[in-house]
Amino acid sequence: MKPPSGLIGRLQVLAGMALACVSAMALLTGFSWTLPGGAAWTAQELAQLRSMSLDQLPAPPHDPSNAVDDNPAAAALGKRLFFDTRMSANQAVACANCHAPEQQFQDGRPVGKGVGTGSRRTMPIAAAAHSPWFFWDGRKDSLWSQALGPLEDAAEHGSNRLRIAKLLQEHYRSEYAALFGPLPDLSGLPDDASPQGDTAERAAWQAMAPQRREQVNRIFANLGKAIAAYERGLQPGESRFDAYVRSLTTNDVTNQQALSAQEVRGLRLFIGKGQCATCHNGPLFTDQHFHNTGVPQRDPAHADRGRFIATAKVQRDEFNCLGKFSDATSQDCQELRFMVSDDPALEAAFKTPSLRNVAQRAPFMHAGQFADLETVIAHYVKSPAAAIGHSELSRPDHVHADRKPIRLSDTEAQDLAAFLRSLNGTVLDNTRNNKANLAASITR
Amino acid sequence: MMNRHFAPTLAATALLASTLSACMSPPANLDVSLRHPSAQGRYVVQMEPPATQPAINQIHAWQIKLSSPDGMPVRNARIAVDGGMPQHGHGLPTRPVVSRELAEGTYLLEGMKFSMTGWWEIKLAIDAPQGADKVVFNTVVNNPGARP
Repeated sequence: MKPPSGLIGRLQVLAGMALACVSAMALLTGFSWTLPGGAAWTAQELAQLRSMSLDQLPAPPHDPSNAVDDNPAAAALGKRLFFDTRMSANQAVACANCHAPEQQFQDGRPVGKGVGTGSRRTMPIAAAAHSPWFFWDGRKDSLWSQALGPLEDAAEHGSNRLRIAKLLQEHYRSEYAALFGPLPDLSGLPDDASPQGDTAERAAWQAMAPQRREQVNRIFANLGKAIAAYERGLQPGESRFDAYVRSLTTNDVTNQQALSAQEVRGLRLFIGKGQCATCHNGPLFTDQHFHNTGVPQRDPAHADRGRFIATAKVQRDEFNCLGKFSDATSQDCQELRFMVSDDPALEAAFKTPSLRNVAQRAPFMHAGQFADLETVIAHYVKSPAAAIGHSELSRPDHVHADRKPIRLSDTEAQDLAAFLRSLNGTVLDNTRNNKANLAASITR
Repeated sequence: MMNRHFAPTLAATALLASTLSACMSPPANLDVSLRHPSAQGRYVVQMEPPATQPAINQIHAWQIKLSSPDGMPVRNARIAVDGGMPQHGHGLPTRPVVSRELAEGTYLLEGMKFSMTGWWEIKLAIDAPQGADKVVFNTVVNNPGARP
């Protein structure tokens, strides 16, 4: 027998569900909203739409591992660093080359191009501060730690931490000191050294005394924290979808024209039989998690295992939340401490991207495999087997018990693509204490 | 049995649910009570969620109260945690851990996170001197003010 509390709990649930259904029925029968899409939304659908609205997005959470993440001086320094090409091996590559402000902070290329050519799609930065994991595979656990990766990546900036520390000493000494205290004396050290670099750089790093390595690491970490403070202020602006949802909740009939009939049909598919909202949920249209959906490998000869091998990288990363350069306590590092690391479903799984402004970010997927939104939707309908690991999508020969195959007609696929185009908006720079369009305000 | 007692309510809910597809999830007869006997009856397990409902994607802690069928607290248990969303075919987004015994028979479950609204299962595998046993709880996460 169930104890009394269980009985009451079940009664409450049944009553709640019945109420929800009755209120939904009232919406269908009591009101006859003639919406552009041709039908009314149920109460539950309205609640779901509200949950995806931008006004449900809170301020970016404080990163306890970055003591300056809300510091305007740090954001100002970070912004200068973001546009500084001197941090690259060829003096021509800045963060902003690939993360171009006028292009939604990405580059429109299938894979990034810095001093060399990368292997994955450049990710946009707006709202990145809301994520617990960074890069397509989540191999970094903070915005500041993420910012350090490209600087030493041979295909991106191609530089090294000692060279960059010396650059800070030469060009940003007072700004750095105001935030983090005086820079230590770096005299007597070689020009180039890093545990991540080429053979000569690694040897030079090994030859340095441990306390000097730690000094350089701390400068490098602080640089990342300043860049993160700038990036944290980059937030998505409102789209027509948000205006539409607001009009529904305020019963503002005029603004219900914010979406066309086709876009409303697409929205219905998005939260309904298209199953998009299974992963693309919440105000950023992402569950911030990692999934294998059978997207083809860009280079089958060198399969990209995604999240599966990234968890070990973030666990041993000296710049992670639990490391000595983090400002967090162990209690603050819950994402890392409770990270899923041994799930076979992580094989070739990649992060669910936000869909805000998605139509402005072709080509799509983690290595730019698909040229347009129509190809992306066709992929989910086709649902091919994964090259490695297993696709989470139901397929004709491998149907999940609780997930139906995605079946869309050509017209429905067009409707869905039309809806996705309604998610466009500007990117706001909230570090400037106003919401002016960043692209108009950048001084380069 | 309880299900028979509430058959009319269930039938009414099912009728409405079939009329309105959005009401079809979670299942109408889902048992969301947070106090259960374990599968083989070795323990009575009570789950205590946070006093304030956590936001979507917010890591949080629960407490687990473990007692024998006659109500005595069960000490020194090891409890493994699993779970997920049966309707979406995925597991928990984190790997929660029962990290310590806060008081006699009261355990701290850390690292819980729900990445979306809907029906979630929380499965506990209990190992204590009285023997091994399992228990599954259902919880329905509503939208408490979405976070990304």
